[in-house]
Amino acid sequence: MSRLAIEASGLDKWFGEGEAKTVALRHVDLEAGFGEMVYIVGPSGSGKTTLLSVLSGILKPNSGSVSVEGIDIWSLDADELADFRLNKIGFVFQDYHLFPRLNTAENAAIPLILKKRDWDESIEEATKYLDIVGLKGRADLPPMKLSGGEQQRVAIARAMVGQPDILIMDEPTASLDGDTGHAIVKFVHDNVLNPERCIIVVTHDSRIYEFATRILKMEDGRIIGTVSDVGAMARN
Amino acid sequence: MKGMLRLAYKLLVNDKAKFTALLVGITFAVFLMTFITSMFMGVLNHASATVVNIGASMWVMDPSVQAITSSIGMPDYVLDGVRSMQGVAYAVPLYSGGALVKLPDGTYQAVSVVGLDDTSLFGRPRLIEGKIENIYAENGFIVVADADYSKLENPKIGSEFELNDHRGVIVGIAKVTASSLFGLPTLYTTYYRAVQYIPNPRYTISYVLVQPRSLSDVPRIKQQVAALGYLAVTRDEFIRKNAVFYVFQTGGGTNILIMTLISFIVGLSISGQTFYTFILENLERFGALKAIGTKSRELVGMILFQASFTALTGYGLGVGLCTLVVYLAKLRLASYAAMITYPSLLVSLVLVVIIAAVSSYVGVRRVLQIEPFDIFRG
Repeated sequence: MSRLAIEASGLDKWFGEGEAKTVALRHVDLEAGFGEMVYIVGPSGSGKTTLLSVLSGILKPNSGSVSVEGIDIWSLDADELADFRLNKIGFVFQDYHLFPRLNTAENAAIPLILKKRDWDESIEEATKYLDIVGLKGRADLPPMKLSGGEQQRVAIARAMVGQPDILIMDEPTASLDGDTGHAIVKFVHDNVLNPERCIIVVTHDSRIYEFATRILKMEDGRIIGTVSDVGAMARN
Repeated sequence: MKGMLRLAYKLLVNDKAKFTALLVGITFAVFLMTFITSMFMGVLNHASATVVNIGASMWVMDPSVQAITSSIGMPDYVLDGVRSMQGVAYAVPLYSGGALVKLPDGTYQAVSVVGLDDTSLFGRPRLIEGKIENIYAENGFIVVADADYSKLENPKIGSEFELNDHRGVIVGIAKVTASSLFGLPTLYTTYYRAVQYIPNPRYTISYVLVQPRSLSDVPRIKQQVAALGYLAVTRDEFIRKNAVFYVFQTGGGTNILIMTLISFIVGLSISGQTFYTFILENLERFGALKAIGTKSRELVGMILFQASFTALTGYGLGVGLCTLVVYLAKLRLASYAAMITYPSLLVSLVLVVIIAAVSSYVGVRRVLQIEPFDIFRG
């Protein structure tokens, strides 16, 4: 494996106590390197989203540790963790979560604005990324005027604009038709993935398996298997 | 933070329907609050018109007097007693009462009559026509050219009228600082003529006007007057006494308070509800911002900015609208009492800040409660 981007060990996470206790993660270990596009797959309720949240510094595990580029992220305080997410991680949410009252460029520029970069400079930079994701000339449109695939591209531009080392994608094709979803993930694979970036994708969609470097299968809060020969898996 | 505030501003104003609803709610509430308090301030100002116009430093009166209009006659020895007190530079009597004037066309008009000390004419108004010494002429009266002047058929110098079967002649036309509350024309004459012409009870001195030798003599004069069984107050205390009477004894204050509170509640309900809906609609996006790396205090800052911006814009519009309405009303009705004062502006500002604080508190609570994990979980 290439240089380690994420190293998680002994992750346990449960919700509730007593009879209402639900275990989401059971002693999960995971490593992901730069240049990898790692998929986490499994049935609903298997703990994929919980694992993604724990890895990205959003949900604190009950035990275990997550190290990103050598930093134990769960030893950081709330502000440091927010800065960590802002500077190191790009998020692509399942429902995009674009602001309907902002135009496309302003939506894409949000991470730069949060980093306190100059407004006009941020918009200019975001517009470049919109061009990269194939939305040239759409910078001034509100997200509602874009198709689902285009909105997902805006979300990808927003995730990329801060040049994060790690890209987290939660069900990126869930709201898209098959062809659009395939095209979006192919775009990410071909244009966003590079030797200095690690991409973690949670998905149900077997049609995009072909782009994975590695696929981790989860069930009942555990990683039950790793498929490295993705081509064979995709064929099956 | 500048970029964050600009982001907050765009999120707010680009939602035109909600922003308009917020502004309308706050503007309307501010307009009502400012207008109601301004009307009351105007009433209070007019209620003390005689005190302001006469301008005496101290007023001596019967302790039962509640407001300038309800004077209780005092015997002459009070005047002599006050004049002999330590610390008094001079003291003069004042008559303040009401009468019915019969106009040349045979109609009657109620008037306020102020009788000035015959010797000094202390408290005399500023004349715009005529000479003050003519007040000593036979049946001489000075009329105040205020909003109620026309009710006496716009008298000129030499115009005549009848007052309690006595002939009256206008010898001067005056301007005063404040006109009376009850919409009555005001006539000035000498004290002696006032008590002669107007039917009176046994005691005729309405007030004794006192000029203390120095400010430090005021407490001593008050003590000496109290020992005589009467009450001495300064000009400001008398104005306050009038205000207290109208606020607490007439029900006016309670009504104003209720109306202001209703306006406040209307404003709070509209803007609070709309702002809360605005936050709820954007809740998931605020959660997404949190996930991306926005700190909680930055989100709180954004919401406070949105609430403050809306509140202050609405405040400006509300005050502007109120000013316009008062201005237009005064163009039509010269005696219109409403008066926009700093205290009424301050009251509205404080209430609008409370509206903004409550609205943003509700929004902040919801935004702080949302966990970025909820965004992933959908």
